[in-house]
Amino acid sequence: MKAFRYWLMVCLVCSWFLGVASSAQAEEKTGKWPGVDESVVEKIAKAQGREAREPIINTDQGDLLLFVFLLAGAIGGFAAGYYWRRLITEKAPLANRTANLDETEGLKGPRRDLH
Amino acid sequence: MKVRANLTSFSILLIVAGWLIPGNARAMHISEGILPFSWAAFWFLTAVPFLAYGLYRLKKLSREDLSFKPLVGLLAAFVFIISCLPVPVPSAGTCSHPCGTGLSAILVGPGISILIAGVALLIQALFLAHGGLSTLGANLMAMGVMGSIAGFVTFKLMRGLRLNLAVAGFAAGLLADWATYLTTSVVLASGIRGESAFLPLFWKIVIAFIPTQLPLGILEGAMTAGMVILLSKKRPDLLVKMRILKSAEVLIP
Repeated sequence: MKAFRYWLMVCLVCSWFLGVASSAQAEEKTGKWPGVDESVVEKIAKAQGREAREPIINTDQGDLLLFVFLLAGAIGGFAAGYYWRRLITEKAPLANRTANLDETEGLKGPRRDLH
Repeated sequence: MKVRANLTSFSILLIVAGWLIPGNARAMHISEGILPFSWAAFWFLTAVPFLAYGLYRLKKLSREDLSFKPLVGLLAAFVFIISCLPVPVPSAGTCSHPCGTGLSAILVGPGISILIAGVALLIQALFLAHGGLSTLGANLMAMGVMGSIAGFVTFKLMRGLRLNLAVAGFAAGLLADWATYLTTSVVLASGIRGESAFLPLFWKIVIAFIPTQLPLGILEGAMTAGMVILLSKKRPDLLVKMRILKSAEVLIP
């Protein structure tokens, strides 16, 4: 069952990427994967006479946007990894966690994944 | 074990950094200048009480228990990353982003989830040309407020009906995503309609969102369910503390 779920997940991810790749080839002529902001929000707003302005701090200049996105991704990824590790790997001592459980619901008996 | 943890952290860092590399700015939030000033101000003022409530909840929970802070940190990073991650949707040939607020609302409640979304949206508007500062209130109402409330209420309802964590998590993620884009449609239609009627424009925007957001909502539902299940296996005590699970549910049968 576990193996089936694993392979199902792999198949789903692969089919998503295959779909992306084939659509990318189809889109090569127009050469874009527009965000819904462009294809929906701005398009409809324009038809209604409203147009998007440049952002107040415009980082969309050359490779600057690439830099800030990469930096934001690195910082966000570091923070996610750090807190994940604090939550999962460096768990609170068992005594505290047991106390928390007991306080909340008056737990008695063994529980799984508490080590 | 420590090496493995370090490797995991580093892999997450690399994957996230790779995901976020954009070709062009493809912000999926409402951009600067789309909404007239009066509407932008209205949505901003509407969002302020929710932000204040989020701040109050964060302070209250921090006073009661410091141990949930890493969870808030993790969710803040998660919502920030997820909500500026352009996911290509093959069926539509467009990109859009999940919201992550469904998951954060389930785990830390809608108040703190709104605050997390507010911080994420502010950073994106300031430095990533991703959404506007003037439209921050509107984006916060859509993604933060409605996304969080829809996710939280759906999860609680589903759990109330005794459905398992995976189903409840999936429905919460799915509806949080769809509620966000429904609200965006309301915000847009009311702001840009001018002399036109509201409803036809609203439906036009909703229909235009469907090819992208329908599959993306399903993806967000699966992601939310996966994360809730993962946490319930790794830290069931935390979910008990946040009143997501009852202690009886984490006992070995």
